[in-house]
Amino acid sequence: MSDIQLHRIAHARSGDKGNRLNIALICYRPEFFDIVAQQVTTERVAELFSSRKVGRVQRYELPKLWAFNFVLDHVLDGGVNASLGLDGHGKTLSFKLLTLPVSLPASLLQSLLTDQS
Amino acid sequence: MPATTVHIGAGAGFAGDRPGAAVAVAEALAVASRQGIPAFLIFEMLAERTLALAQLDRRRDPATGYSANLTGLVQPVLKLCLQHNIRIIGNFGAANPQAAAHHLRVLAQDLGFRDAKIAVVTGDDLSARLTPADLTARETDGALLKDRKDIVAANAYLGAQPIAQALEAGADIVVTGRVADPALVLGPLAHAFGWSWDDWDRLAAGTLVGHLLECGPQVSGGYFADPGCKDAPDLDRLGYPIAEVQADGKAVITKPAGSGGVVDLRTVKEQVLYEIHDPAAYLTPDVILDLTEVELAQQGPDRVRVTGARGHARPATLKATVCFEAGWFAEAEISYAGPNATARARLAIDIIRKRMAVLQPDLSIRADIIGVVSSFGDSAGHDLAAATTEADDLRVRFATRHTDADVAKLLLAEVEALYVAGPAGGGGVRRHLVPQLASASCLIERDLVSPSVELAP
Repeated sequence: MSDIQLHRIAHARSGDKGNRLNIALICYRPEFFDIVAQQVTTERVAELFSSRKVGRVQRYELPKLWAFNFVLDHVLDGGVNASLGLDGHGKTLSFKLLTLPVSLPASLLQSLLTDQS
Repeated sequence: MPATTVHIGAGAGFAGDRPGAAVAVAEALAVASRQGIPAFLIFEMLAERTLALAQLDRRRDPATGYSANLTGLVQPVLKLCLQHNIRIIGNFGAANPQAAAHHLRVLAQDLGFRDAKIAVVTGDDLSARLTPADLTARETDGALLKDRKDIVAANAYLGAQPIAQALEAGADIVVTGRVADPALVLGPLAHAFGWSWDDWDRLAAGTLVGHLLECGPQVSGGYFADPGCKDAPDLDRLGYPIAEVQADGKAVITKPAGSGGVVDLRTVKEQVLYEIHDPAAYLTPDVILDLTEVELAQQGPDRVRVTGARGHARPATLKATVCFEAGWFAEAEISYAGPNATARARLAIDIIRKRMAVLQPDLSIRADIIGVVSSFGDSAGHDLAAATTEADDLRVRFATRHTDADVAKLLLAEVEALYVAGPAGGGGVRRHLVPQLASASCLIERDLVSPSVELAP
């Protein structure tokens, strides 16, 4: 097993509703779905966003799209109307999720390297 | 006779969208229209606060209050659309749909179209019907509206029915204020196919197409590129999306031939889940959309087939957004660069925090160092305090908010004073102070909202 950034195996997009953020996390390939399901848990996501005082984190699974939808409460400092931050919508935060390390079995890691050569 | 296929394109996904982007879409729709395929072009131009800003404009000048970008976005395609029977649906009416319709009338007449039919959908504005107390009683989180005297706008999200009704009345252009964004697409589809308003699976399919188109090019390669990981070519001439929809609700998402961008499984998936909470229950005024069985298939280059939307009976209530004045937002920046820049930037923050703690102890101040921690950071500054990144070209940013503009201005004055009283080599101070609007969400019983459709004079 080797640690890589989630960014290598998945892409993501943020959306906001008030003080709630959703991050769609989409695996580049179906074989990554189980790895993300096992490793990108709501606990780990809550930990990643802990400095921002995140509340409840929910995870929805969409296997037909090789995707997950993460919903993070209270993570936007009040939301776009109230936040003092530069990115009140939290649009950049999809890429914060993609910094999360995940472990990949050697076989899958090898195929990842072949892809990119 | 109901249509078998409809082509519908998006000309704008937000108020500030790219002028002229709709032209290539309208040209493609004109080809379809000449083949007898009903064609529609939507403009989604109302974010949460846009309508409140428009309401403030209208208070200052009763002839305004509609999208300031109406001419810039619609005028370039108006002739083509009216010539080729491409019917336009847009929420560019904002706080004053009648005035927008009047403006469109003038634009159409200037192009030689004297008898264009322009319909106006109203009834979203709740300000005359519900008092602040009524709204407070219907708030969904917290009691932000309690005892508010400064409510600027209260608008319910209308559904697709009044839009379909306007099209049935023969409208070439349908002007709305606040409607659910996907309704801009569901209205034309339900009208063209004769869908019944309790055919939940079809309404769900149409809502999904609307959801995919409502942000314009976000489904066709915009807001997507991550160079080397997932690329989208020629974003400078990005193609805005077109949906080819069948009467059973199955759809293909595509874009004008030869345009930039890309429509593939990845771009469509990102947009399927955009701004979604529970994928099994996306609430709209017309239907509850279940996305969990949605399937996508690449049919050819820049063509993705979308199937599997399921629907459940529409919610009993309508969502409304209420905007109120929320004081003043102040923001100021200063740059530090070169050797030891990070230490000088941190010293500037330390000075400002100490000064403000004396001048206005209760005021909460946010400080960021752009280039070290800013976008990802928290407002209390824990992430910035913990960061070990050193960089040599930095911008320090401060922000605060207060109901009294003079209090917020104290921060701006202190940041400017860093020019002479702060660390060495600070430069490029920029400061601004802007009025703020905040919003709350309410759920409103349907019988309190009466949408109305009329043809504009």
